[in-house]
Amino acid sequence: MHKRVTFRERWLALLLLAPQLAITLVFFIWPAGRALWQSVLLEDPFGLSTRFVWFDNFARLFADPLYLNALRVTLIFSAAVAASGIASALLLAVMADHVLRGAAIYKTLLIWPYAVAPAVAGLLWFFLFHPTVGILAWLLRQAGIEWNHKLDGGQALMLVIVAATWKQISYNFLFFLAGLQSIPRSLIEAAAIDGASPGQRFWKIVFPLLSPTTFFLIVVNVVYAFFDTFGIVHAVTEGGPGQDTTILVYKVFKDGFIALDLGGSAAQSVILLLIVSVLTVFQFRFIERRVQYA
Amino acid sequence: MVERRPIFDAIAHLTLILGVVVVGLPIWIVLVTSTQRMEDVLAAPIPMWFGDRALENYAAVLGVGVQGSHTGPVARMMLNSLIMALAIAIGKITISLLSAFAIVYFRFPGRMLAFWTIFLTLMLPVEVRILPTFEVVANLGLLNSYLGLTVPLIASATATFLFRQFFLTVPEELTEAARVDGAGPLRFLWSILIPLSRTSIAALFVILFIYGWNQYLWPLLVTTDERYQTIVMTMQRLVEATDAAPEFHHVAAVAMLAMLPPVLVVILMQRWFVKGLTDTEK
Repeated sequence: MHKRVTFRERWLALLLLAPQLAITLVFFIWPAGRALWQSVLLEDPFGLSTRFVWFDNFARLFADPLYLNALRVTLIFSAAVAASGIASALLLAVMADHVLRGAAIYKTLLIWPYAVAPAVAGLLWFFLFHPTVGILAWLLRQAGIEWNHKLDGGQALMLVIVAATWKQISYNFLFFLAGLQSIPRSLIEAAAIDGASPGQRFWKIVFPLLSPTTFFLIVVNVVYAFFDTFGIVHAVTEGGPGQDTTILVYKVFKDGFIALDLGGSAAQSVILLLIVSVLTVFQFRFIERRVQYA
Repeated sequence: MVERRPIFDAIAHLTLILGVVVVGLPIWIVLVTSTQRMEDVLAAPIPMWFGDRALENYAAVLGVGVQGSHTGPVARMMLNSLIMALAIAIGKITISLLSAFAIVYFRFPGRMLAFWTIFLTLMLPVEVRILPTFEVVANLGLLNSYLGLTVPLIASATATFLFRQFFLTVPEELTEAARVDGAGPLRFLWSILIPLSRTSIAALFVILFIYGWNQYLWPLLVTTDERYQTIVMTMQRLVEATDAAPEFHHVAAVAMLAMLPPVLVVILMQRWFVKGLTDTEK
């Protein structure tokens, strides 16, 4: 954690730290503290008076069917994004690890969606599924399925799940490929000599050895689905139709900025803060472990 | 040696090609659409090959913008996005480098407190604390300014943590030698540590440039003035604009322009990108 040889100029150290600390305090710690404080206050609709209401805002949230619905939508959404993103990336990574020729080209062609902003990814898939001009909506119509994500909540949720997964596949793919390439060939060869079939080699050797990577990716994908997908939902569905694609992060935004329910929005922020802290602790346990054994 | 069966190779290539096609499909459609006339786009099914209107469409959105979207010319938005992405990437790297240097190479009271304060920011994504952060920025009078767009996003626990990890691996002998030769801390940072950190800096730059370019919610909140709009933040307005006027060919051109710079960065600097991604785990 620390160097044996250090410099003595204390004032210089504080000066070097000052910009980072100042920004952290003003734009991170102070607003988070405000959110915490607002979450236990109730402001009257005219903003004339506030009073301290203990945990009423939280109690109100958990009695609110709309909030519980947002919670349900978020859980379905993040489970679907994490599961489909991880499964398809694992399949592609195993295949890319297997081929001898062209692996580098496949890699280049698979990783660039990482660079596309969530909101732009949402727009791309909105294009493909647009009821009038979308090629996929057209194909579905030929197959007898009427696609209109503006009317059908299930289809809208499907659309944001597809867009969110599409963007995340490249990230998962890179980590799985790195994980696969770090598995010693000798292990696989030994299993092959002992007569293990390709399927057995994968499920009994490769998959268990990849489990730290898989675990890490589950955490990262859930964090991504919870927080980074705001742009997709906001740009494409605005949480609708009805409340069918309103995820928690979108609801914080909507209740705070559009409905101006400060206490309720702050209480939601605090709950999200707790969720993200737990997930971050998980993630860092993983990194620390890797650093120690690396 | 593990046996190689041609059938497995064929399945692997087929799966990968299918994957590449699925991943590339949205871009292909949008790229092709951005070169069409409006009438051709509206005739279902949408064309799968290029039209001849590429120059006209891109010139129209860059110079004028998309009709009915309440956004300005795209050239200006791209400039704003570039300013924002560069300011965030360079700003984050600079202040993280300085603070990691202070934490690792100096001994002073409150050192651990400072480290944990910075570390905490990792847990606070902008989406979680938007309302109070917006209030702070509004009170400071930073709405509709480049400062308001960038400064609140510049603190970085990830980058500080990364530089700290790297500095810990730098041999003590280098510091001792520098001290014997009479170099002060700033000289040591500038002439020894920063050159040694070059690859980490390049890798971080790629990741942070993409992060800055792709910001969505924050610019949406702090800009009401057309002059400060970034390109990515207008996506929702483009989606809405298609309800009023079906200018899909223009919307497609804006979408292409919105992803071009970060995608180019990833493809051209692939090596740094992969390193940055695995280093920051972000």
